[in-house]
Amino acid sequence: MIHSLFLINSSGDIFLEKHWKSVVSRSVCDYFFEAQERATEAENVPPVIPTPHHYLLSVYRHKIFFVAVIQTEVPPLFVIEFLHRVVDTFQDYFGVCSEPVIKDNVVVVYEVLEEMLDNGFPLATESNILKELIKPPTILRTVVNTITGSTNVGDQLPTGQLSVVPWRRTGVKYTNNEAYFDVIEEIDAIIDKSGSTITAEIQGVIDACVKLTGMPDLTLSFMNPRLLDDVSFHPCVRFKRWESERTLSFIPADGSFRLLSYHVSAQNLVAIPVYVRHNISFRDSSSLGRFEITVGPKQTMGKTIEGVMVTSQMPKGVLNMSLTPSQGTHTFDPVTKMLSWDVGKINPQKLPSLKGTMSLQTGASKPDENPTINLQFKIQQLAISGLKVNRLDMYGEKYKPFKGIKYMTKAGKFQVRT
Amino acid sequence: MTDSKYFTTTKKGEIFELKAELNSDKKEKKKEAVKKVIASMTVGKDVSALFPDVVNCMQTDNLELKKLVYLYLMNYAKSQPDMAIMAVNTFVKDCEDPNPLIRALAVRTMGCIRVDKITEYLCEPLRKCLKDEDPYVRKTAAVCVAKLHDINAQLVEDQGFLDTLKDLISDSNPMVVANAVAALSEIAESHPSSNLLDLNPQSINKLLTALNECTEWGQIFILDCLANYTPKDDREAQSICERVTPRLSHANSAVVLSAVKVLMKFMEMLSKDLDYYGTLLKKLAPPLVTLLSAEPELQYVALRNINLIVQKRPEILKHEMKVFFVKYNDPIYVKLEKLDIMIRLASQANIAQVLAELKEYATEVDVDFVRKAVRAIGRCAIKVEQSAERCVSTLLDLIQTKVNYVVQEAIVVIKDIFRKYPNKYESVIATLCENLDSLDEPEARAAMIWIVGEYAERIDNADELLESFLEGFHDESTQVQLQLLTAIVKLFLKKPTETQELVQQVLSLATQDSDNPDLRDRGYIYWRLLSTDPVAAKEVVLAEKPLISEETDLIEPTLLDELICYIGTLASVYHKPPSAFVEGGRGVVHKSLPPRTASSESTESPETAPAGAPPGEQPDVIPTQGDLLGDLLNLDLGPPVSGPPLATTSVQMGAVDLLGGGLDSLMGDEPEGIGGPNFVAPPAAAVPASLGAPIGSGLSDLFDLTSGVGTLSGSYVAPKAVWLPAMKAKGLEISGTFTRQVGSISMDLQLTNKALQVMTDFAIQFNRNSFGLAPAAPLQVHAPLSPNQTVEISLPLNTVGSVMKMEPLNNLQVAVKNNIDVFYFSTLYPLHILFVEDGKMDRQMFLATWKDIPNENEAQFQIRDCPLNAEAVSSKLQSSNIFTIAKRNVEGQDMLYQSLKLTNGIWVLAELRIQPGNPSFTVLQLSLKCRAPEVSQHVYQAYETILKN
Repeated sequence: MIHSLFLINSSGDIFLEKHWKSVVSRSVCDYFFEAQERATEAENVPPVIPTPHHYLLSVYRHKIFFVAVIQTEVPPLFVIEFLHRVVDTFQDYFGVCSEPVIKDNVVVVYEVLEEMLDNGFPLATESNILKELIKPPTILRTVVNTITGSTNVGDQLPTGQLSVVPWRRTGVKYTNNEAYFDVIEEIDAIIDKSGSTITAEIQGVIDACVKLTGMPDLTLSFMNPRLLDDVSFHPCVRFKRWESERTLSFIPADGSFRLLSYHVSAQNLVAIPVYVRHNISFRDSSSLGRFEITVGPKQTMGKTIEGVMVTSQMPKGVLNMSLTPSQGTHTFDPVTKMLSWDVGKINPQKLPSLKGTMSLQTGASKPDENPTINLQFKIQQLAISGLKVNRLDMYGEKYKPFKGIKYMTKAGKFQVRT
Repeated sequence: MTDSKYFTTTKKGEIFELKAELNSDKKEKKKEAVKKVIASMTVGKDVSALFPDVVNCMQTDNLELKKLVYLYLMNYAKSQPDMAIMAVNTFVKDCEDPNPLIRALAVRTMGCIRVDKITEYLCEPLRKCLKDEDPYVRKTAAVCVAKLHDINAQLVEDQGFLDTLKDLISDSNPMVVANAVAALSEIAESHPSSNLLDLNPQSINKLLTALNECTEWGQIFILDCLANYTPKDDREAQSICERVTPRLSHANSAVVLSAVKVLMKFMEMLSKDLDYYGTLLKKLAPPLVTLLSAEPELQYVALRNINLIVQKRPEILKHEMKVFFVKYNDPIYVKLEKLDIMIRLASQANIAQVLAELKEYATEVDVDFVRKAVRAIGRCAIKVEQSAERCVSTLLDLIQTKVNYVVQEAIVVIKDIFRKYPNKYESVIATLCENLDSLDEPEARAAMIWIVGEYAERIDNADELLESFLEGFHDESTQVQLQLLTAIVKLFLKKPTETQELVQQVLSLATQDSDNPDLRDRGYIYWRLLSTDPVAAKEVVLAEKPLISEETDLIEPTLLDELICYIGTLASVYHKPPSAFVEGGRGVVHKSLPPRTASSESTESPETAPAGAPPGEQPDVIPTQGDLLGDLLNLDLGPPVSGPPLATTSVQMGAVDLLGGGLDSLMGDEPEGIGGPNFVAPPAAAVPASLGAPIGSGLSDLFDLTSGVGTLSGSYVAPKAVWLPAMKAKGLEISGTFTRQVGSISMDLQLTNKALQVMTDFAIQFNRNSFGLAPAAPLQVHAPLSPNQTVEISLPLNTVGSVMKMEPLNNLQVAVKNNIDVFYFSTLYPLHILFVEDGKMDRQMFLATWKDIPNENEAQFQIRDCPLNAEAVSSKLQSSNIFTIAKRNVEGQDMLYQSLKLTNGIWVLAELRIQPGNPSFTVLQLSLKCRAPEVSQHVYQAYETILKN
């Protein structure tokens, strides 16, 4: 099982270590540093590194490496999932997960880690259980604690810990009872030079924010449940009901949680809401290249595309770019060769464009690779897959809750090749 | 106010100040001080000097303070064992606390303190907590048993905690069940032979019920445990599958992959005609695809596993090619894996798409990735015949880009395409030749030279091209030099008139000016061939080459089956069985897929079979042909030390032959070896062999005699098993066994000629092995072996050969040559042939050695169903050189103390406990101690074989 955890910042300093079994010397991280040195970028450090006596499994998030040390055959996904859970917990506790924040809250971090694993076995990883055991720090609480002498460690057994619904504590009370659901879809797509779709798929999630008194039992049904053929559920969802009736029946966790994530695969036709026209050309003889991009809407079901952002990693040979946008702002970093253009909203009457020239190194041959354009955008009030919630019913409690459903479509990894 | 204040130090000396604060009367100040101590500890500062002061703060009703002190204790108790005792009382008291949280915390913390003295006090509270009314305490206690086992395994067994733990599997609370399973699995890992997780349909049912209700992590433990179970028939397999399938929709990817493992394994038992089989296949694809939208680290592990799954069952993902398309900002490790899977899924239906993608990748920035993409195009050409032409034209397009590394890589793969489709794409040679000057990598240069040599007759200026390489001959790498030599000889054979000078030049460069023995030898061989018999030379050098196939990069089927059982584990990430990398080889149990047809006999799960059962069931230890060849290349060519001098020469010649033959097949990927087998066999080999025959046969007769007479008194001899089936060896079947008679080891072989032609010129060679086994005399076969004839030979062995650790330890790789070919096989020898006659240790010495060997080297085994009493056991073992030194009777049990010595001087000490009782249930408890603990497993097998026969 998981032996130890080291937190390493991008400059290669170990700033926290935690051992759940015997202490493993931090020199074991030297193998990790070696791999880090070999990898050109932090993202490219391999997640599984063997050493003579241990295995190092790492994840890289928020510019911090979380390196777990294991000694025996342990499912690596188990370890990596757990590490991601640690990051999520930190984020949940402190708002952000960064080196200074972790250092500022080192004792809480340590207490939380101790609660999350016992002898390397996961103990409590649900954040609402953890929060009952160890209260997240707030300025108010620190003040109150100093005055009253109370602590931020709970002395009651968390109620959810052993019940059949470990994700919900008992005795929840709210004055305003409300249940909000966000249907968020991200489009991952690769579009080729000529504008045709090579692959496109939708990663969707339904995030819930439920603040309901007591033990409510909810049922959520869809207009078109057939779209959901590849789903993963929060443990609260009753799988049998889904199998037989295609409705989601569950006792919700308290607060915010991810109810469902789903995947609409490349085999279904995925509507692509934007197009990019581009003309990026280098000439062998000249040290100037032409650059032109236009972004336009396509299959948006009448909704506006907003938050459009275009980024592109230009080839090394490009020294500088002189461009004029028809709207928004753009920057080009001559060191990292990263071009970014913050477009904003797309007005279908007046399509935004970015035009100009690129100056290349004089005398150098034209670059071998073509830049890939990365696109971000948002469309409110639309789930691009067509998924629609039919109704939400509540059983088990008497009051009438506020209900709300919001839809949103975003670009995930949306890439246009040139 | 943040915790960073705990790091600020004053000039006075931090420790001093903390000490004062810890002893403060004010509660708040105390807590702050402990927090400072913990903060220093987390960044690796040594604050162990404060131990007594911190422990003093432990007796408190403030839970946070208590937890903090516990954190400190866990870290430092080991360095201050005497002080740690001070804490014991509080722990014991806390275990009785009315608050279950405190009870659990106390037992949890105690288990983490790795101090012997404390563990003694742990037993009683732990026993109570295991039966606690509160499931939270029970589940914590279950994990504590695993902790304690890690510290002191014997104590856990003696106290009966393992049985209590087994009972917890039937606990009413699913979380307790999950933790009990997790703890048992961890304990079982260090005790491969013990049958801790004894699964039966009832316990499986309990696990499946708990599976639905426990936490995600518990589900992983339970699923991994289920994967070790072998259902008794296909109906049971199907019902388990049905109950596991919902796990595929879990949000935790580790749960999903563990469920995939269970399904992939049990699916093997289902009939393909079943409707359910098809449903299951369909259900497996979506979760696997979903794994690819997770974080890159998860994707990587998932991809490594998908790589195995598509090799085993390509039908699952055959329509999902697009999800493996690479995004430009994927991390490199994800990109490379995706590429690999794309090639495996490539088929005629999707090849156009794949090629378009690969071509796109070839213009990316990352050099490693670009290279692999270019190689992938070549692999597609070889895999999908219809696409070859398209691939070649794509490669030509890429060559036109003139990007140096793309061109080089393209030339290397075009060479392979030529090998697969000879005489089809020669038109591109002209384009290739244009890029000759830009090639600077040895592999690309070698490939180009091979192409020129192979098609010398179509290239007008082939001689000029090759000559240009010749100028810098000595600066080239060996690969290029060898290739150049062969290419020029080919050229000469094709166009003898114009190239005589060139060939002489290269031969003299290779033979006279080079220090490289390979190059020199190859040069000499060509030279002799050309000067003695140019016609034969032509036959040899320009012989038809076997076609290469796409299968080369597939994982060997038996290994693949084993790896399928390890889906989701490290083994699946490395694509190696755990035995290849688990430290010390301990706890290595080969897993295998269950057989498709369910029989009543298969109740005993195959997982429990020991790794080194008698030969005959061991096809899985035979490495892939490639590995074997590689190993045999390492063959020590030195002559054996003993043996008749006449024989020595023939063995040596035999060895050379082997190498020649081995090299020949090894060169499968290269243009060609030194030549066909008939060329390599030097005529001399037969002569000394036949000269040596009379002596040898006399000797072997003698051996036959002794083995005939001595079977009763000598060490146990296993029946002969087939080592090399006739199918694999062009009609030669070899079966054999090992014997030890009066201090000499021999290998009894039975050679049967099942082919239609006469076999002659037998020779044998061993690869280096763990105990240096080597033939002491050459293989003596009196006369040519005619079809359907069988000959029995006893080959004397010694143990003075070269040593190399093998896996498993008793693996022996053998090469046998005859006039037809060279054949490789591997076998496992029973370890008792290595037990020497002077293995009796002095009593005092035994006692001292037993104490001297550390406890972690002790291995425990059980021998079941052995209805023998102490005397019978003792005498049976004595005949195989396991000597009983002392015998004791403790509480009605006979204890035998025994010793044995291996040929390499390793002593193994044994304690054998015979529990009398119902004769058919007698269980022998064997404890082995040895300085080299890796032999224990094999010694145990030897015991078992000897005692049961």
